[in-house]
Amino acid sequence: MIILGIDTATDAVSVALHDGESVLAHSEIRSDRQHAEALIPMIDFVCKQASIQLWDVGGIAVDIGPGLFTGMRVGIASAQAIAHVIDVPIIPVTSLDILSAAVQTHCEVIASVIDARRGEVYWALYRVIDGKLKQVGAPQIGSAESCAVDVLDRGQSTLLVGTGAVKYETEFRDRLAPVLPIVEFADDKHSMPLASTLVEIAHERALRGEWVQADNVAPMYLRAPDAEINWATRSTQ
Amino acid sequence: MIRIDEATVVLGIESSCDETAAAVVMGGNDVLSSVVATQIEQHARYGGVVPEIASRAHVEAMTPVIRKAIADAGVGFERIDAVAATVGPGLVGALLVGVAAAKSIALALNKPFVGVNHLEAHLYAALLDDQHVEFPMLVVLVSGGNTLLVNMESHGRYSIVGQTIDDAAGEAFDKVARYLGLGHPGGPAIDREAKLGNARAIEFPRAMLHDGFDVSFSGLKTAVVNYVRKHPAVSTQDVAASFQTAVVDVLVAKSMKAAQHIGAKTIALGGGVAANSLLREKMTAVCAQAGWRLVLPSMAMCTDNAAMIASAGWYRLLQDGPSDLSMGAMPNLKLTDRTN
Ligand SMILES: [Zn+2]
Repeated sequence: MIILGIDTATDAVSVALHDGESVLAHSEIRSDRQHAEALIPMIDFVCKQASIQLWDVGGIAVDIGPGLFTGMRVGIASAQAIAHVIDVPIIPVTSLDILSAAVQTHCEVIASVIDARRGEVYWALYRVIDGKLKQVGAPQIGSAESCAVDVLDRGQSTLLVGTGAVKYETEFRDRLAPVLPIVEFADDKHSMPLASTLVEIAHERALRGEWVQADNVAPMYLRAPDAEINWATRSTQ
Repeated sequence: MIRIDEATVVLGIESSCDETAAAVVMGGNDVLSSVVATQIEQHARYGGVVPEIASRAHVEAMTPVIRKAIADAGVGFERIDAVAATVGPGLVGALLVGVAAAKSIALALNKPFVGVNHLEAHLYAALLDDQHVEFPMLVVLVSGGNTLLVNMESHGRYSIVGQTIDDAAGEAFDKVARYLGLGHPGGPAIDREAKLGNARAIEFPRAMLHDGFDVSFSGLKTAVVNYVRKHPAVSTQDVAASFQTAVVDVLVAKSMKAAQHIGAKTIALGGGVAANSLLREKMTAVCAQAGWRLVLPSMAMCTDNAAMIASAGWYRLLQDGPSDLSMGAMPNLKLTDRTN
């Protein structure tokens, strides 16, 4: 079965097609906030590259974040609309899962860390067991320091990957290196989630039947809108 | 290139502000379905539309709303000939949800996509029920974001005759309603209260009534605030009625003047404030007296909806053809700006 993967949750916009064996076609750009402009022509492009019609697609995989809210929404709205028209289900995958799956390491733990701005990061930890990844705990948002504390709590050798790992590399290194046996940082080319990895993950999940109906796909924000936060603060004072 | 004719079915999508809407319209004005999911309640406690909350709500509502529009129309996707979406003006994050959905549907169906100017769509809202218009037509577009007197010379050809130099008419309604504690949105609240009050109780100023075609409402709003401050015991209903009459007097007078100036053959109302009962009543009376032909949109077509988007999209396709799939949102689009 052919899976179309859409990833717009960070500054990278990428699209890929996977037929269950390999990636048939993929396309990626640094978008600079042009997610909506770039995405649809890119989907058209990969379909033409792979000589398929969208109707040949049996499922759609989409990065549901956490990440750039506007980017995530463009990707999810597009995935839902296409899934609705061609009547196929969706495989939602988090940006943190995609980051962790793209890297190779001998470390015991992978920390996917995405820049959430305002001095915060989104993160999730994955244990590497016989080359397979197992997420430990839920995705979180907080300061780089609180992420570092979470990593330190495990006390294992750790590879950090993602835009947040790049941005706060010095802070993480200073905090983690004296304590952990090994601290590594992934190559820069892995710092953003890409659809070519997304479709690989999605193919495995499709085999396990992890589908969701288009209407039930929701973005993973992890942060409430400012207006709601301010409202809650005001009403508890 | 597809043929655009009476049988062409357009799916319209709207997400520029706080309504998620989808509609199926045939031949530019035969509304097969029109579904609107409003977010008014989600924004109510903040006293206005919160962009991030709006964008989130659009993602949640978009697929179900499109699903319902297709089902209500009694057609399948295979019957859709083109997909239209509002590309601006509006909240950028909100617009992008609808634009992304519309372009995706167009791509999946291998049918044209057309980006629609939301303001232009409001002009077409009046024509959904009454297409027998003669140009030039004066369209009085009054909403929360705009107050425009538009000379519509023909389909797709507009020039602005007059506009507000400060607050939009709907904005004045919202601000006064909030000040009077009537809640959000202010238009329907003022309309309701005004029915119980005396419109002649307070003589509020009618700014710039006699010069030019532009209007101003910020002085009126200040006058209301000052008056209530000075007379705290005043009846809210009287204030609402007197304020509403002042706004309507200005709009009607300026519209008549503009209609004469452009030699209008038809006058149409559009936008949320076009649902105001006093404005509809006075415009009807004045037009009947002067022999102008008046086109009023149905109440449902005054506020944001996707039927008007599909309709404007149909006319846009007819004149300029489809838009490119790389089109994005244009949050600051003006009525006279081109989208294609
Ligand atoms: Zn509007």
